[in-house]
Amino acid sequence: MTELFRLLSLQDASTRVVMLSTASLAIAAALVGSLAILRRRALVGDAVAHASLPGICLAWFVAGDRSLAIMLLGAFVLGLASMGMMALVHRLTKAREDATMAIAISGFFGLGIVLSRMIQNQPGGNRAGLDGFLFGKAASAVTSDAWLVFAVACVVVAIILALRKEFGLLCFDRDFAASIGRPVQRLDALLLVLVALVTVAGLPSVGVVLVVALLVIPPAAARCWSASLGTMLVVAAVMGAVSAIIGTGLSAVLPPPSGAESGGWPTGPMIVLTAAALLVISMVVAPERGLLTALWRRQRLRSSASRSIGSTP
Amino acid sequence: MKHAALAFHGVSAAYRDELVLERIDASVPAASLCAIVGPNGAGKSTLIKAALGLVPLTAGSVTVLGGTIAAMRGEVGYVPQSESVDWEFPISALEVVLMGSYGRLGLFRRVGRAERMHAMDCLEQVGLTAFADRQISQLSGGQQQRVFLARALMQRARLYLMDEPFAGVDAVTERAILRVLGELRERGCTMVAVHHDLSTVRERFDHVVLLNKRAVAVGPVSTTFTTEALQRTYGGRLAIIDDAESGRTAVVAGS
Repeated sequence: MTELFRLLSLQDASTRVVMLSTASLAIAAALVGSLAILRRRALVGDAVAHASLPGICLAWFVAGDRSLAIMLLGAFVLGLASMGMMALVHRLTKAREDATMAIAISGFFGLGIVLSRMIQNQPGGNRAGLDGFLFGKAASAVTSDAWLVFAVACVVVAIILALRKEFGLLCFDRDFAASIGRPVQRLDALLLVLVALVTVAGLPSVGVVLVVALLVIPPAAARCWSASLGTMLVVAAVMGAVSAIIGTGLSAVLPPPSGAESGGWPTGPMIVLTAAALLVISMVVAPERGLLTALWRRQRLRSSASRSIGSTP
Repeated sequence: MKHAALAFHGVSAAYRDELVLERIDASVPAASLCAIVGPNGAGKSTLIKAALGLVPLTAGSVTVLGGTIAAMRGEVGYVPQSESVDWEFPISALEVVLMGSYGRLGLFRRVGRAERMHAMDCLEQVGLTAFADRQISQLSGGQQQRVFLARALMQRARLYLMDEPFAGVDAVTERAILRVLGELRERGCTMVAVHHDLSTVRERFDHVVLLNKRAVAVGPVSTTFTTEALQRTYGGRLAIIDDAESGRTAVVAGS
């Protein structure tokens, strides 16, 4: 209980930094994710995330270094490579986008698993480091690298805010955007790079397997509440931040699972479950589209129908 | 002699290794209302996109308002096919219309008060003032089409390229569109529209491009839109019955 109080009152400097970085990342992911969903590119984040595992491993081989910046650079490079590969497979096999994404996700992840086994068999390659990237590290372990993630998140948010109008136009009507001379191919490419950036920056806290949730769940929840893109972006950002803060908090406060070696719950699943809970709440109670509103409307329709039947002589 | 508002010089374009436009030569005089007519797969939408520079040309060139499309972009308005966008998108009618000002605003400038007032004006011209704040999914098909037209008006163009502006619209929308097109022409604007309903070409348009991958016939409707030319365009599967009294044309398509 005292621990919970300490956490919520943000007395602990390291907790403050971790919360700040995870929340800022969740905000960036929610903004990018909203646009990616509307542009039908949501799964690209998942492909990038799965391709980042071999990227991290290759960075370990090449640099022999465990610094986060180098590992994330490796993840980012392979993330972009996975996008290139998807485009190539699409062109050569004529497979549809969903199929090419499935190919990229499974193919790169398979490579990542093989490489990570090779690392574990090497001196100095302990399992804990890579496990952290799979499911997100425990909240206590992320402190040192939090500022890097915070910086990436700030850059992404700034780009989205500066180009909000253009991204909205691109997602709604690409042909029209092109007709007024907008560089639609470059904007599309920039959006994909932003997806890759937030995905990679989310790896330390949420992990390879779950990071796509940050891109998809808060925007999906936000859409229940929004009739305009502006509202959707704000609501998604708030929901992302709330999920990140509650999830990180739970990870720090909950007693560690018995018998755990590394100690503490990983943050990834906690953040994702919080976001999913917000989505469920949104689906039920949101005005206009929510389940409760639909039930209430049906009830009202039924009662007015029976009344008009009753009043007929 | 009036100069052409839009001219294709030997334009060819391909889609996935298949030629969809073959050496098109056609020109549309200024201040005219021109229909692009032809069977499915004839390349009607591609012709419009070629004029806008949205599809790469494998041969030929396009002159728009006397210049290249790159130079004249600010003077050209576009109404895409209404199925080309997701009408569930979280955006209001007014916000869609405001997109018509983006070309003038550039990449980073925000929409301001002047743009909003102008956008309300454009919505009024198509009779949708009351729907400005509606999310677009709550509009009928005809109203959605009118929102697209209002966005084009917002562009303040001299040449308008429209992809099936009359597709699936109700009578109210049809009248609204016709009124707006008439007003634009009086102001000297040129409109080029992909059109499907052969029976209304005569009453609504004064110029026509009959297209089936090649430009089969181009010219004023009165002399170009003939049974013979239509049959060449549609491959002999059409019969056209002219009613001299009403001036209307009935078109019967064979199987």
